[in-house]
Amino acid sequence: MQEQFLAQAQQQVNAPDIAYGAIAPVLIVLGFACLSVLVEAFVAKERRWGLQIGVAAAAIVLAGASLAAFISSNDAAGGPTGKTGVTTLAGAVSVDKPALFLWGTLLALGVLALLLIADRTVGGDMQTEVFPLFLFALGGMMVFCAANNLLTMFIALEVLSLPLYLMCGLARKRRLISQEAAVKYFLLGAFASAFFLYGLALLYGYAGSVKLADIATAAVGTDRSDTLLFGGLGLLVVGLLFKGSVGPFHTWTPDVYQGAPTSVTAFMAACTKVAAFGGILRVLTVAFQSTQWEWRGVLWGVAIASMAIGAIFGLTQTDVKRMIAYSSVAHAGFLLVGAIAMNTDGLSSTLFYLLAYGFTTIASFGVISLVRSGSGEATDLSQWAGLAKRSPLLAGVFTFLLLALAGIPLTSGFIGKFVVFSAALRDGMAPLVVIALVFSAVAAFFYLRVVVLMYFSEPAEDGPTVSVPGAFTTVAITLGTFVTLLLGVLPGFVLNWASSGGFLS
Amino acid sequence: MGTGLLLALLLLPLLGSLGVAFLKHDDLLAKRVTLGVTLLELVLAVLAFTAYSPGGARIQFASSVDWISQVGVHISFGVDGIALVMIGVIALLVPIVVLAGWADKLPQGRSAAGFLSLVLVQEALMVGVFAATDVFLFYVLFEIMLIPMYFLIGGYGGARRQYAAVKFFLYSFLGGLIMLASAIGCYALAADKLGKGTFDWATLVQVVHDAPLETQIWLFFGFFIAFAIKAPLVPLHTWLPDAAEQAPVGIAVILVGVLDKVGTFGFLRYNLPMFPDASKALAPLVMVLGVLGVLYGSLLATGQRDLKRFIAYVSIAHFGFIAIGIFAFTAQAQVGAVSYMVNHSLATGMLILVIGMVIARGGSTSIADYGGMAKLTPLLGGMFLIAGLSTLSLPGTNSFVSEFLVLLGSFPTQPVAAVLATIGMILAALYVLWLYQRIMQGPVRGTALVGISGGPGSATDPEKAKVLDLSGREIAVLAPLVALIVLLGVYPKPVLDVVNPSVTATLTSVGAAVPAAAQEGK
Repeated sequence: MQEQFLAQAQQQVNAPDIAYGAIAPVLIVLGFACLSVLVEAFVAKERRWGLQIGVAAAAIVLAGASLAAFISSNDAAGGPTGKTGVTTLAGAVSVDKPALFLWGTLLALGVLALLLIADRTVGGDMQTEVFPLFLFALGGMMVFCAANNLLTMFIALEVLSLPLYLMCGLARKRRLISQEAAVKYFLLGAFASAFFLYGLALLYGYAGSVKLADIATAAVGTDRSDTLLFGGLGLLVVGLLFKGSVGPFHTWTPDVYQGAPTSVTAFMAACTKVAAFGGILRVLTVAFQSTQWEWRGVLWGVAIASMAIGAIFGLTQTDVKRMIAYSSVAHAGFLLVGAIAMNTDGLSSTLFYLLAYGFTTIASFGVISLVRSGSGEATDLSQWAGLAKRSPLLAGVFTFLLLALAGIPLTSGFIGKFVVFSAALRDGMAPLVVIALVFSAVAAFFYLRVVVLMYFSEPAEDGPTVSVPGAFTTVAITLGTFVTLLLGVLPGFVLNWASSGGFLS
Repeated sequence: MGTGLLLALLLLPLLGSLGVAFLKHDDLLAKRVTLGVTLLELVLAVLAFTAYSPGGARIQFASSVDWISQVGVHISFGVDGIALVMIGVIALLVPIVVLAGWADKLPQGRSAAGFLSLVLVQEALMVGVFAATDVFLFYVLFEIMLIPMYFLIGGYGGARRQYAAVKFFLYSFLGGLIMLASAIGCYALAADKLGKGTFDWATLVQVVHDAPLETQIWLFFGFFIAFAIKAPLVPLHTWLPDAAEQAPVGIAVILVGVLDKVGTFGFLRYNLPMFPDASKALAPLVMVLGVLGVLYGSLLATGQRDLKRFIAYVSIAHFGFIAIGIFAFTAQAQVGAVSYMVNHSLATGMLILVIGMVIARGGSTSIADYGGMAKLTPLLGGMFLIAGLSTLSLPGTNSFVSEFLVLLGSFPTQPVAAVLATIGMILAALYVLWLYQRIMQGPVRGTALVGISGGPGSATDPEKAKVLDLSGREIAVLAPLVALIVLLGVYPKPVLDVVNPSVTATLTSVGAAVPAAAQEGK
């Protein structure tokens, strides 16, 4: 044994080829994150806020530009790998079509989240540390979606999680609940990471490699121990489902969504979900497609549980942020329905759903951040009574977003549900689709409850005021709402992007 | 010409609602503009009738553009005879409703403009839902249609309006989602057969209609449940009494007169042609539900104490008849059912309006609060009687023709159901005449009337009564309905002629033999 290790150590380590063009967006985001740390350390306090916004915005814009440049050169290149993407860093990172789509989604959602975070006129209760943390988290998410081996994935998971834990505790006004959220998220998140790592270890024991492709090869007709495979898979998936706040691994979601500063919640709700489901899709499709008949039943159950928990517990919530949290659990269930439809439609529809859901969610949190009473945000639903009388525009926008979350036609939420469910149906999961539809109807009830409150109830005496949104928040809400409408009416072009290619192992 | 007319019918109310929405500060102008738009819509509908050729293609005035090409979704519109008469009904009822609500007081802080622009949006969506010839588009409009109605009930209705609005929405939304599952199922079938999925109605009919029976039954149920909720069949009817009770009078007319017809229209347009085998196999089930609806609705209508809930149960009984007619698979019964869809809108629509006028005078919806009202308001009493007689299908009124055709046509294929449903006709006479007797006949009594008249003493002296009879506006509201009720009662040919070829086409696609006797109707 020892000799073996020694022999290996003697071998020359070859530096792997790196396709810098392909991974430039990630490098830019992470590089600017480091720059942002330096700004934090060396720039005077009063000038930091503006500068940090500039750095973060520049990071996203440059990353977006390099992403666009890579996509166009990739498409122009043609050929066997040119069209589908490239695998680089010795196979650790796979920049394929889904990864590119997810990166684009993350960067776009990142812009909106940054706008909310940067607006000091309404929120403004955070330190400037939020910007480097934001960039690191975003970079981690991007790596996570593209990670082609489990070790890279784990590191990316930590890179995205640790800043998020901190960001949750950054609220300066409602400190206690914010810090409670951070601790809760951290402790449960640490558990989830441990699960992930344990699963990784078992799978390494099974396949002798951490590469997704090697695991897939090993799983096809070998006499290795199934216990290791399924034990590893189960633990790994639990870790992933936790990040995607899929029920019954959702317990952190309501508390954290409620406690974190609203702009951070918006970022977390939209982007973490994108990253987590990007990871779930890749792991399931690339590594475990051949064994799908063994594990799919379990994930059926998980999807149903998630939809049920989200829809039913959502009914009982009295806090609007907690309600959106349970809504996100229900949506995670719907996403999982698409993710376990193991066909190309399943992939593209889940990608579309992620994009649509992200925009709607960020815009919703943007609206929530505007409704305030003396002590801060008025998140208690009873305070929202009769809001339409005082600010019809805000109530109208929020109603539209709620209808999108409920999946009413002519919103992106509907198209997302439609493509996901039709993919699942074509993969022979009709019972699951029917269950999902029933829970969509149940979930619609609590969205409607808010609409009823806003429109048909008498305003409360000491009702909240609606603060005049700053330019940043206005832009974020407008963009989110516009995209929600656009994807509801003309989803064609995004569906094309989402279905342009599969994973590259 | 026809295509342009149909698109104009769709767009006009939509544009109108945009315009009206800006007239927040001038209620009168908003009302006038709305009335103008809806009357123009009526003119367009009449033109469409003249442009339609009953003997022509199955779907006329067709137009189509791609919407989401990846999943074969089009924006395509077109009408057959059945859709056309329903669009006619919409165009007729909406201006009447606008006029009927002219003097209504809106809840505090709400403007007429908001209400009326919602009504116009509702009108556009209803026209769209009947005219859609793409299943996906139909579903979209079917669900979107709920939103203005939800706000109309929830924002402008009675005391328990929030409850009623949410219940209405959730019932229909759930039904719609189940239909969506079925629609996707049909799409998947088409994708397997043709290589590329589509939602085009005509193509789907071709693909799906010869699918195995078991598949058909599953898909049938998806559509059927959605439509059975809409057209409320017992036991999926429980939302209607609440919604009809809480909705403002005019909105109740639209709800019962048009929106619910989407359900029976759906049976004809989607269930029968797409799933012929399943339709035939499950016809006994529909018969049971239909007969249940007729008897249950009639009995509950007889026992009602609330005027608006009374109407809801009457409608449930009538929808039972329509369902029986549709699933009897004879041309007579189906023509009867379709013309019943029209005539029920006229008769029940008028009954709701009249009852609304009664309530406006007495301020109570409880039947027990009225009595002997015809002495105070003889004209209103007369109108009440006409609406009631049409509702109970007295020969000479429009409904008689339809009900008779349904029973006559369904007897050969479904004798038991036909016989049982006939009991419903007798019960109809009971509940209508008894209601009329309690409210209109006898000495003036009841807190609603006596209270207004200035004390118990005035009850014996109608001279002192302050309950006013119909105003000129109210007569204008009711006159066209009275005219149509009588006209279609003695001369139903215009409606039957338009409907007949479409029914025959529907039956042909089901593969049911058309009995020779049915051809007489032509």
